[in-house]
Amino acid sequence: MTPIGRDAEVFPPYLYEAYRATIRRSPYETLVEFRPTLSELTGPGPAVSAVTPEDADLTRNAGTGGEAIGERIIVTGRVFTGDGEPVPNTLVEVWQCNAAGRYRHRVDQHGAPLDPNFLGIGRCLTDAEGAYRFTTIKPGAYPWENHENAWRPAHIHFSLFGPSWLSRLITQMYFPGDPLHALDPIMNSIPTAEARARLVAAYAHDVTRPRWALGYRFDVVLRGPKATPFEPFEPAARAGR
Amino acid sequence: MTVRGLTPSQTVGPFFHGIVGGGANVLVTPETEGDRVRVEGRVYDGDRAPVCDAIVEIWQANARGRYRHPADRRSVPLDPAFVGFGRAATDDAGAYWFETVKPGLVPFTAETWQAPHINVAVSARGLLNHLLTRIYFEDEPGNLEDPILQRVPEHRRRSLVAARGATGGHVVYRFDIVLQGDAETVFFDL
Repeated sequence: MTPIGRDAEVFPPYLYEAYRATIRRSPYETLVEFRPTLSELTGPGPAVSAVTPEDADLTRNAGTGGEAIGERIIVTGRVFTGDGEPVPNTLVEVWQCNAAGRYRHRVDQHGAPLDPNFLGIGRCLTDAEGAYRFTTIKPGAYPWENHENAWRPAHIHFSLFGPSWLSRLITQMYFPGDPLHALDPIMNSIPTAEARARLVAAYAHDVTRPRWALGYRFDVVLRGPKATPFEPFEPAARAGR
Repeated sequence: MTVRGLTPSQTVGPFFHGIVGGGANVLVTPETEGDRVRVEGRVYDGDRAPVCDAIVEIWQANARGRYRHPADRRSVPLDPAFVGFGRAATDDAGAYWFETVKPGLVPFTAETWQAPHINVAVSARGLLNHLLTRIYFEDEPGNLEDPILQRVPEHRRRSLVAARGATGGHVVYRFDIVLQGDAETVFFDL
């Protein structure tokens, strides 16, 4: 059931039983393959969402005038395509829980405090070199209902668009040295240790600002087209009406 | 050029609603060219239970069939009042809706066409990768010749074709998304 278009060493399968929510939500049928057309080789550009510079500072973007509580961090990196080209001017969206492990969200039942000065939502556009940068606080770990004593490792959710409909990526960034990594079925749904390691940000002392915030670096590499448009096409042998 | 390892996907989880702006499911303004349509439906899991924590994203050409993207280099005009991207979070009933225009024909090869369609990406808690599908329109004769529909086994094509209805003079296309099991929606490997 692993799709051919997503490298099976890198992308999780749809069905990964240790992550229980996949059991009734993963397709049974084989995904239907076709050569990408103009529809897939195009995609939404930066116009997806209006972005202001304030949107990239999650410690101050709650609109309260106050500052979020927690360990202040800078998360920065570059966005590339698989052939190593930087992706400029593309939208990067992030969301996360607060330092206590609580999301500002109606379905979060964790008995940890909300922070009135923290929304946990940020966005920015990559610059000409494909670089993005957020200021935020380090999110906490939190319990979830997947199995007995289940805890998610600290993570920041990332959403990226990239150059085409095929490059869309939703993922999670983790922090180095977290003992919960080995216990997390979501992270371990990724088939190889090498690919899992790509989701762990690196502590970056050159990003750390003295007397202000610790720095982490997290680069993202997006899928790209497997082919160019307007090529001749072989109809499937099974097709027919 | 350095070849780099791709970044793996992870589930969107249940807490994504802050990135779905209000109004992101309305793609049109009064100035947008083309026939207004509402596309609506529900997302279901393998037990036919509504998926109330899904995000449905769409990408489409304008009413003349032009994508707002540099890879679409044709002279077909862009519509300054249309981008073509929308997204919606499902509600407690698993329901989503978009207000948009029916897209035009889109090229397949230099000489052949794809029937009007909307590209769809579905993300949800429990989906470790998003799922890709397409919405076709049942009243489009071009569906019979559409090269992508022809890739799909005949008995499954119906899952990609939205049924046309009307509410108060407004054209509505119904497109349910079934993640698993009987009547499972066709998803694409791209």
